[in-house]
Amino acid sequence: MKDALNMKIESMTLTGTGIPSGKAGVWCFLASEITVFGGLIGSYLVVRLGSGGWPEASAHLSFSLALFNTLVLLTSSMTMVLAFDAVEKGDSKKLRTFLFLTILLGLVFLGVKAFEYAGKLAHGFTPGAGVFWSFYYGMTGLHALHVLAGVIVNIILFMEALGNALKPNEHRVELAGLYWHFVDIVWIFLFPLLYLT
Amino acid sequence: MLSWLPENISTYGGDIDSLMYHIYYITGVWFLLTYGVIIVFLLRYRRQEGQKAAYVRGDSLTQASWLLVPLLIVLALDLWIDFQGSEVWAKIKIDAPSSDLLVGVTGKQFNWEIAYPGPDGKLGTADDLEMENELHVPVNKVVHVILRSKDVIHSFFLPNLRLKQDVMPGRTIEAWFEATKPGRYPLPCAELCGFGHSGMEGSLIVHSLDEYEKWVQKNWPNKP
Amino acid sequence: MSNILGDVTQGTHPEKKGFWRTYVFSTDHKVIAKQYLALSLFWAVLGGFTAYLIRWQLAHPETAAPGAGWIPEPFMYEGVVPPEFYNVLITMHGTIMVFFVAMPLLLAVFGNYLIPLMIGARDMAFPRLNMLSVWVFALASLVLLISLFVPGGAASAGWTGYPPLSARAIYTGVNWGMNLWIVAIALEFAAFLMGGINFLTTTLNMRAPGMTLFRLPLIVWMQITAGVVFMLSVGPLIAGAVMLLLDRVIGTTFYVPEGGGQPLLWQHLFWFFGHPEVYVILLPALGIILEILPVFSRKPIFGYRPIIYSTIVAGILSFIVWAHHQYVSGIDPRLAMPFSITTILISVPFALIVFAMIATLWKGSISFPTPMLFALGTLGVFLIGGLTGIFVGSAPVDIYFHDTYFVVAHFHYTLFSAVFFGGFAGLYFWFPKMFGRMMNETLGKIHFVLTFILFNTTFFPMFFLGVGGMMRRIANPMQYEFLQPLQPINVFITGSANLLLISQGIFAINFFWSLFRGRIAGPNPWQANTLEWSTSSPPPHENFHKIPTVYRGPYEYSSPETAEDWLPQNQLGLEEVKK
Ligand code: HEM
Ligand SMILES: [Cu+2]
Ligand SMILES: [Cu+2]
Repeated sequence: MKDALNMKIESMTLTGTGIPSGKAGVWCFLASEITVFGGLIGSYLVVRLGSGGWPEASAHLSFSLALFNTLVLLTSSMTMVLAFDAVEKGDSKKLRTFLFLTILLGLVFLGVKAFEYAGKLAHGFTPGAGVFWSFYYGMTGLHALHVLAGVIVNIILFMEALGNALKPNEHRVELAGLYWHFVDIVWIFLFPLLYLT
Repeated sequence: MLSWLPENISTYGGDIDSLMYHIYYITGVWFLLTYGVIIVFLLRYRRQEGQKAAYVRGDSLTQASWLLVPLLIVLALDLWIDFQGSEVWAKIKIDAPSSDLLVGVTGKQFNWEIAYPGPDGKLGTADDLEMENELHVPVNKVVHVILRSKDVIHSFFLPNLRLKQDVMPGRTIEAWFEATKPGRYPLPCAELCGFGHSGMEGSLIVHSLDEYEKWVQKNWPNKP
Repeated sequence: MSNILGDVTQGTHPEKKGFWRTYVFSTDHKVIAKQYLALSLFWAVLGGFTAYLIRWQLAHPETAAPGAGWIPEPFMYEGVVPPEFYNVLITMHGTIMVFFVAMPLLLAVFGNYLIPLMIGARDMAFPRLNMLSVWVFALASLVLLISLFVPGGAASAGWTGYPPLSARAIYTGVNWGMNLWIVAIALEFAAFLMGGINFLTTTLNMRAPGMTLFRLPLIVWMQITAGVVFMLSVGPLIAGAVMLLLDRVIGTTFYVPEGGGQPLLWQHLFWFFGHPEVYVILLPALGIILEILPVFSRKPIFGYRPIIYSTIVAGILSFIVWAHHQYVSGIDPRLAMPFSITTILISVPFALIVFAMIATLWKGSISFPTPMLFALGTLGVFLIGGLTGIFVGSAPVDIYFHDTYFVVAHFHYTLFSAVFFGGFAGLYFWFPKMFGRMMNETLGKIHFVLTFILFNTTFFPMFFLGVGGMMRRIANPMQYEFLQPLQPINVFITGSANLLLISQGIFAINFFWSLFRGRIAGPNPWQANTLEWSTSSPPPHENFHKIPTVYRGPYEYSSPETAEDWLPQNQLGLEEVKK
């Protein structure tokens, strides 16, 4: 008991930045994630600027599906913010609702994506059908994996929230939110790059 | 060390070599100076009974100048090397002279395919001649090389000409040289290209002008 | 203490844990450092063995390498290295040495062990993430090992894996070996990303009272700079590796020109990471020297702050030099000069650090135990690596030297000095802290002298080979008429490389002997100032009985404030006592 007290005092006198470590860690992680997608998007631009014949290929993409998906993700970012807001207000019922909505929207996004892939594959636009399709599947696929990871994180939080196990660790909702917004922002870049040009 | 360089037989090889020598002397002097200073310090200031080290933290400006002055010298030498380098680089890579002759070189696992344009001077026409691994050129003529690859990356390396250029599948890259001495010279591949990389080698045959004329006669007997 | 996500869990001193939780699935940064040490030494032996086979083949092509007869057929034929396997050997040698020896040894071992101890923390900010990191690294090791044995053979496109050679199995005949190689490297990156996040967050947030940023030991600065440089440079290569794997597995055409792809793209992504990576390796090694020099010169580091600024400048510059690996690759020739300038400019911050090291010796009171010898050796060897870098950094000169043994000599002078001279310096220096016992001095000195001489006789002649035009990555120089006159050099190099490898046995003997029989070290055998020496050797779980308070910078040796010639960071000085 005395030890615990000492450690508490210690942890208060540590020299630090004042940013909670968890948050600092997530920011570091996101910084390197940015460079992953930065590298991918940069590669896409470089290859694209160095060759012709792209607009035809991208014309085969379904703009409306992608627009729908964009709206889905944007809405999910909003529900994520509301979930965090519920944490701040201590409203665990609202927390559960908004986490659930976020998960649902993430799954909708993935479902639409799968539908889109199936359609493209059925028309013979496989990943090997040319470098545009390589980038299309590579970029959206890596992004979809990130969405999936985010959904899983949210499901874990949701399960914990159901059993009240989340109470002491509620700041995790904020960390998951940071990640979720990041994934959302990546899509905001991919959407115009692939579908609009 | 630099005496191991193979004989230079190109018009620009001398520029590369002399740049190399400049860097060699500069770095050589730095090497001797730094090693000298380190060794002197180690001997002079080795631990001795009853002697305490000086408390010098190097944060006052006079002390920091001990770092800054040599640093400025390094910077000046660096810029000088860069300056010289950019002249040589421009000569070789940017201001290529107009060519007397065109040759196509295509790398493939694990050979060089050499294409000669023939009398019409154009590659890809009916009078082209293909050879494996033998690059025939006349002395004292500017030769333009059109580099391509059929499979993976290779690297077109002419040690005696101080010329090296990767060949890249899907692209056409140009290089040029002017050989100054007749003879037979190695033309290895310098980029790992598979299990037969080691041993992928052709030769450059530099002919004197009349010999070259004969070689052309032999290969295009009914040249107009 | 806090778990992965930084939740505060008020742990007390640990409950007694079983063998598994203490030595295997431990979250203690000191245990994790030792696990990394064991893995990296294992890989160093394997990497050394590949070097032996490479060297034997180069000096005595197509003859049986003594002691390699046991390697079975698809790899070797009664001790003879076939050309396909030679390519596997160089690929594995490079991959192992850079990703599985250099990074774990210099970053993971020293970073993990020292950062919490030196900043006065009980552990890393995320101990469980730390444990995950070492296990992911172990998994990466396993995958790389498995990749050696799958049908079709192991990766053989060089450690740089340039496509299209690496992008389609038809070009090498290698199928799953190459895929697993990519996976192994990706896992290794993941492990070090976790490490980097931990290093940075820990240093930012967990410092003991009084440990301001400008009181941090320089090695901590170097480690976190290396960590940040790694985190920001590896992303594009991760993307690039995903693309390469997709090219191989599902037939995309990112790097395949027939499908509109760009082989050169990989080279940009690879070297955008690859060049910073050499600083990721170098900086911790410089940090080790910077810790050792003041202790054995009994003098403060000369120019503590300028060194920190130089480190940061070098870290930034390292992001804009990558195309110097591509002068002859077919990039726009107008790009070469800007990259040549940044490349040669990056010598400026490193020159400053070297000058600061030399100035630290000036008017010191220098003694020469083994760690100091290796520290000075690192400096001496690295200097040659740095100076020869000016040759290859100059674009026109690199036209000739690119892909020759000049480059091989150059990067071994930089990498070997960092990894082995630097690594040994650090191990000899911190061994007493890690294991509580001293290493044997006599054996250590013999080890140093042999390593220093044999290193130079092995690698200096490679400059001659490069000047003579010998290409790297060729399995048999005797196939080339113009290289045959150079063959005696190759024979000589192989002779001294073999002796160099054998002489590392002295270290192994010393290491294991000292582990059990070495003289008991006591908390502070070198009379050093930094915090790790203020606790017992080895430190207890959670490092300190009481978190120390820091009053001054790390290098207050021979300060006029005391009669002693050292003044620990956590010792009350005259001024504090007066207060
Ligand atoms: C006794 C020790 C060593 C010896 C004798 C040795 C020898 C060699 C040789 C001869 C090559 C050129 C192979 C070729 O191009 O055909 C090579 C390549 C290489 N070495 Fe070492 N080496 C040693 C230690 C190290 C260390 C400590 C490192 C780095 C930490 C290292 C990193 C590399 C790398 C990255 C390559 C390039 C591989 C490639 O071309 O893909 N080596 N080594
Ligand atoms: Cu080749
Ligand atoms: Cu570099």
